[in-house]
Amino acid sequence: MIEKVLKGKSTYWTWLAVLGTFIAIGAICYIRQYKFGLGLTGMSRDVSWGLYISQFTFLVGVAAGGLMLVLPYYVHDYKAFGRITILGEFLAISALIMCLMFIMADLGQPLRGLNVIFFATPHSMLFWDMCVLWGYLILNCLCGWVILTAERKQVHPPKWIYIFVYISIPFAVSIHTVTAMLYCGLPGRHFWLSAIIAPRFLASAFAAGPSLIVLACLVMRRFANFDAGKEAIQKLTTIIMYAAIINTFFFLLEFFVGYYSEMPGHIHSLEYLFFGLEHDGHVYNNLVPFMWTATAFSFTGLGILFYMKIAKVFDYRLVGIAAALIFFSLWADKGLGFVFGGFVPNPLNEVMEYIPTANEIGITLGIWATGFFILTLLYKIAVGVEHEIEA
Amino acid sequence: MDNTRRKFLKIAGAAALAGIGAPALVKLNSTAAFASSEPAAGHGSAAGGHGEVVAATGVRLGMVVDMRKFAETPEMLDAAIAACYKVHNIPHFPDRKNEIKWIWKAPYANVFPEQEVLHKSEMAKSKPFAVLCNHCDNPSCVKACPTKATFVQPENGIVAMDFHRCIGCRFCMAACPYGARSFNWQDPRPFITSYNPDFPTRMRGVVEKCNFCGERLALGLEPACVEACQGSGAMVFGDLNDPDSEIRKVLDKEFTIQRNPAAGTRPSVYYIV
Repeated sequence: MIEKVLKGKSTYWTWLAVLGTFIAIGAICYIRQYKFGLGLTGMSRDVSWGLYISQFTFLVGVAAGGLMLVLPYYVHDYKAFGRITILGEFLAISALIMCLMFIMADLGQPLRGLNVIFFATPHSMLFWDMCVLWGYLILNCLCGWVILTAERKQVHPPKWIYIFVYISIPFAVSIHTVTAMLYCGLPGRHFWLSAIIAPRFLASAFAAGPSLIVLACLVMRRFANFDAGKEAIQKLTTIIMYAAIINTFFFLLEFFVGYYSEMPGHIHSLEYLFFGLEHDGHVYNNLVPFMWTATAFSFTGLGILFYMKIAKVFDYRLVGIAAALIFFSLWADKGLGFVFGGFVPNPLNEVMEYIPTANEIGITLGIWATGFFILTLLYKIAVGVEHEIEA
Repeated sequence: MDNTRRKFLKIAGAAALAGIGAPALVKLNSTAAFASSEPAAGHGSAAGGHGEVVAATGVRLGMVVDMRKFAETPEMLDAAIAACYKVHNIPHFPDRKNEIKWIWKAPYANVFPEQEVLHKSEMAKSKPFAVLCNHCDNPSCVKACPTKATFVQPENGIVAMDFHRCIGCRFCMAACPYGARSFNWQDPRPFITSYNPDFPTRMRGVVEKCNFCGERLALGLEPACVEACQGSGAMVFGDLNDPDSEIRKVLDKEFTIQRNPAAGTRPSVYYIV
């Protein structure tokens, strides 16, 4: 099947070339960082995690989002997802590879990474996160490949694979739950110390992952002659809508807890993210524009989806716009605000803002480009197999 | 705890009481503690019910910072900080972003944000407080570390670092409720002003923090900051589990506070404000 990545139209090669350029830039930036140290990033003693860990956190959600296709298709036998379930599994693979790359990019001593295995420490949530991320990656590679191979031969997949498909369902939930536990188990960080973090992460994941799949389907419909089917897309938008509503609801609960209880620790980070935090006569607010843009995008995206459901209209362009808006808003919420906001103020009630450096952004874009490169190749294979069957 | 050690601690405590003070106090956690074949039952085994704070058994080193003494002679705190930086090869970075801090000064409002009050004493309003690692009995940094590169030394309760094992994930920095940890964002060696060959310098990409001068204790010396205070009592160091130790006498007599006790980490550093 792998040979399918070698044949494509010029749009396909152009797209790969664009991604390849970003990968090359990212690689150069990483070599610089590897030689000098993480001092080339904008991270500091006070904001000790930056873009890398925040992208990792967001992408774990994207990977877990594939569950929203696997679950209806395999457990509820929802046939309309037949053609696209493989897209969910392949998205999980590329998202997880990005996650692992972001973790490696974030390590101060990347060559010692295997210490996590040599000195396995079960009381550290990072150890469990490694276990579930690798587990979910292997499960998705296995299930995706075996099922696609069977599909190509037009036979039923072997029965044993379903055991792994069913195992992958709780695994999807676990990757994002354990990632939430990295944060919500830390006693000194009020913004993260909330039992709603894991459910909120899951809700946001189940909107973000399917949003990206919808966008990918629309792109492939246009450029790769692949039609996911109207029913499948419609169902996905319903899933996105409900997940995004639940995510918003959970987020608003955080606001209520903070601003009604008026406990300083519960307000500070929200204040910093949405209104700017005044401290020693200076207002710190560099994330405020992002958070309000995300809020506006989120409500606009939801509004479009509501409109389509209520007015019973279906338009691919509207679907695309709504999915893009929601995806961006969830990215800004979890891929920026959640991690950076948690560090402000620091445990000594001091404020230090984080601004990523160009080199850091270069590495970040490079890893995203690598993920999309892998995703493109995998989707090329999946679509190629579909076309082969149809022919 | 074995009998010989118990006896030794008693002697050490008595010696401290008799005014011999520092040398005896230090001895108790150097040879005796390290030579013990049986690690102290210590941490985790403290069976605290319903939020009770139960002292662990074995040697548990702690410190009392007497702010009244530092208020009298503020230069003493500078001397203590300078001594620590010199002994531990701590680099001086000009910018806040790269700062490495083991012990430093901060206003009351920043050291005790949870215990901030509107009408503070003159001292709390104007004097800088000493901030350092709390060497918690239940350290959240140790719980977070995925490689056991930071760990509690069973002999004495010090929260120590293995610079050679640390992978630089900085999970401990996010986990510490006291902001006590620093990361080497770049090679620190060019920024060390005076080099002490008796203590390792660090490489980039690892986390570091106050180690309660574990290396000096092993040689029978006091922590550098305590030594810099020259027996003024501004910093009292010793075994919190020994009822006869100097530090316990101070704690029995004076009302002390701790940083963010609500975090449940059971700090070993106490403040007299």
